[in-house]
Amino acid sequence: MSIKIFVPGDSAALALGADAVTRAILAEAARRNIAVNLVRNGSRGMLWLEPLVEVQTAKGRVAYGPVSADDVAGLFDAKFDQGDKHALGLGLTEEIPYLKRQERLTFARVGITDPVSLEDYLAHDGYQGLHKALTMPAAAIVQQVTESGLRGRGGAAFPTGIKWQTVLNTAAAQKYIVCNADEGDSGTFADRMLMEGDPFVLIEGMTIAALAVGATQGYIYVRSEYPYAITVLNEAIEIARKAGYLGANILQSGKGFQLEVRKGAGSYVCGEETALLESLEGKRGIVRAKPPLPAISGLFGKPTVINNVISLASMPIILDKGAAFYKDYGMGCSRGTLPFQLAGNIRHGGLIEKAFGVTLRELLYEFGGGSASGRPIKAVQVGGPLGSYLPESQWDTPLDYEAYTNLWAVLGHGGIVVHDDRADLAKLARYAMKFCAIESCGKCTPCRIGATRGVEVMDKIIANQDRPAQVELLRDLCDTMLNGSMCAMGGMTPYPVLSALNHFAKDFGVVK
Amino acid sequence: MSQAYNHEQIAAIIATQQDRPGALLPILHDIQDALGYIPPDSVAQIASALNLSRAEVHGVITFYHHFRTTPPAKHTIQICCAEACQSMGAEHLVAHAEQKIAVRKQGDCTVQPVYCLGLCATSPAMMVDDQLHARVTTEKFDRLIKKIGGGS
Repeated sequence: MSIKIFVPGDSAALALGADAVTRAILAEAARRNIAVNLVRNGSRGMLWLEPLVEVQTAKGRVAYGPVSADDVAGLFDAKFDQGDKHALGLGLTEEIPYLKRQERLTFARVGITDPVSLEDYLAHDGYQGLHKALTMPAAAIVQQVTESGLRGRGGAAFPTGIKWQTVLNTAAAQKYIVCNADEGDSGTFADRMLMEGDPFVLIEGMTIAALAVGATQGYIYVRSEYPYAITVLNEAIEIARKAGYLGANILQSGKGFQLEVRKGAGSYVCGEETALLESLEGKRGIVRAKPPLPAISGLFGKPTVINNVISLASMPIILDKGAAFYKDYGMGCSRGTLPFQLAGNIRHGGLIEKAFGVTLRELLYEFGGGSASGRPIKAVQVGGPLGSYLPESQWDTPLDYEAYTNLWAVLGHGGIVVHDDRADLAKLARYAMKFCAIESCGKCTPCRIGATRGVEVMDKIIANQDRPAQVELLRDLCDTMLNGSMCAMGGMTPYPVLSALNHFAKDFGVVK
Repeated sequence: MSQAYNHEQIAAIIATQQDRPGALLPILHDIQDALGYIPPDSVAQIASALNLSRAEVHGVITFYHHFRTTPPAKHTIQICCAEACQSMGAEHLVAHAEQKIAVRKQGDCTVQPVYCLGLCATSPAMMVDDQLHARVTTEKFDRLIKKIGGGS
């Protein structure tokens, strides 16, 4: 009987030598005449342990990590293929507290299954949601989504059900489902991990969306920085098509849905939904004025559902287990779970899917184990490059959309970037302006010109030139950007800048 | 590479893609994947095939960071400079990389910033050609560039 060994094919694992580990395991097994069935799974999300090698035993899967190719002979010597003890041994994977304390709904299968095995997907409750959706009228599917309380996981947190309802209500000969997989925020990798680790759940989610609003064509717009995700998605789409889960007549239902992957080209602003639609149309990624909403006039002027990867990938479980099941997680108006991504200067970085309501402090210390450098944590940026920097006094606020709004902060896409006490928040504020200047689409003046002026003002502040006047100017500029920009690019760049100034005034050389 | 050869190859790429809705980006990707860059003299050809103006095609090529109009160095080293990697010393890594590449005898590498490779929990991250690398220390960087192009 062959032994089943799992080595992740996730980008993070690959970047840490997972392919070399795979080759070493296969070579060592052959040398020892041990029959091995090696599966390239997704990542479990405990990224400080990557490459995390797992072995299937009678008691369950046993984990070892981080494994390098040089460790492999020693692992075989210790009979790791039987799940025996080794210095890198972590015991049963499911019992590792980091994983055990999570509420994995959307990421239920990631790291467990072979991402491109439809058989595996079906054996782990895959396509249950679609089967239910196929028996329901379109309006009832939308109703389930509305009742689940799901809000857009891309960052804007707009109620998904309302978006879908608008598309359903808009009559048109052609409608589209677009998946926004242009995950450009620093500190975020949930979309990437999901696409690489469980592509079928996204395909299923988009198919459900198509049934709900009457769309027949879908596009997944993936950033060019994610080549592995593109490969995995294309492979999974082909498999789904051949098995009748995509195509002109899905599971003989008489309903059709075609799906295609499109590659971005390194533009951050294309993560903004209207810029993304322009890019899909083959144009520059310039933000559109709203209205009209994409739900009414979106891709090629047709009604379009445009949702983030995680929003769409949450549909199968909502349809399968029901809106009430999903809604049961979370707090207030933030229902369900959010896959938080703990990144930057953190000891135990990774993906933590938890119900809303967990605090930053719990994530930083109980999951994250403090900073990677061992130095005190100074500032935490939540919600990507357009999110606020939070000082320690704010780390006990529950992670909830409204609670964060009250802090003048955002949850965004759930990215959490940790900085230790060596961070200079004035430099980070300058970087926020510089990033906006580089990535601005150029359509509106507050963003296009404001960001460049913002870099200049920050340079003067850092060089100690007339600081009080420059700080006043910076606040004034931020006010213009915040209120005058067309989209979140210019409109939210003030979040990191002003939160840095307000909470870390010392770094700007001004006393509050 | 001769102009005529480019023309033919680009015509073939355009032919396979031009009937797709929103064909311009897929075409530009295919051209860059095949040739390493998008030759400026191909703009007119692409524009005419898609019934666009040259200005529109030029605008798209120059809008996106990914597209380039000159042949790249033999090896491209992209180092992530976004916040998560900054928090783990990306700035120091970039300075180190630039200094190492400047004195590299082969002169076959360029160092570019990139804003997020999605490896934010294993920072600093970089991509050498199409290979990803995470937790890159200066020592690890030196080892990696020694491997490409056979020693420095």
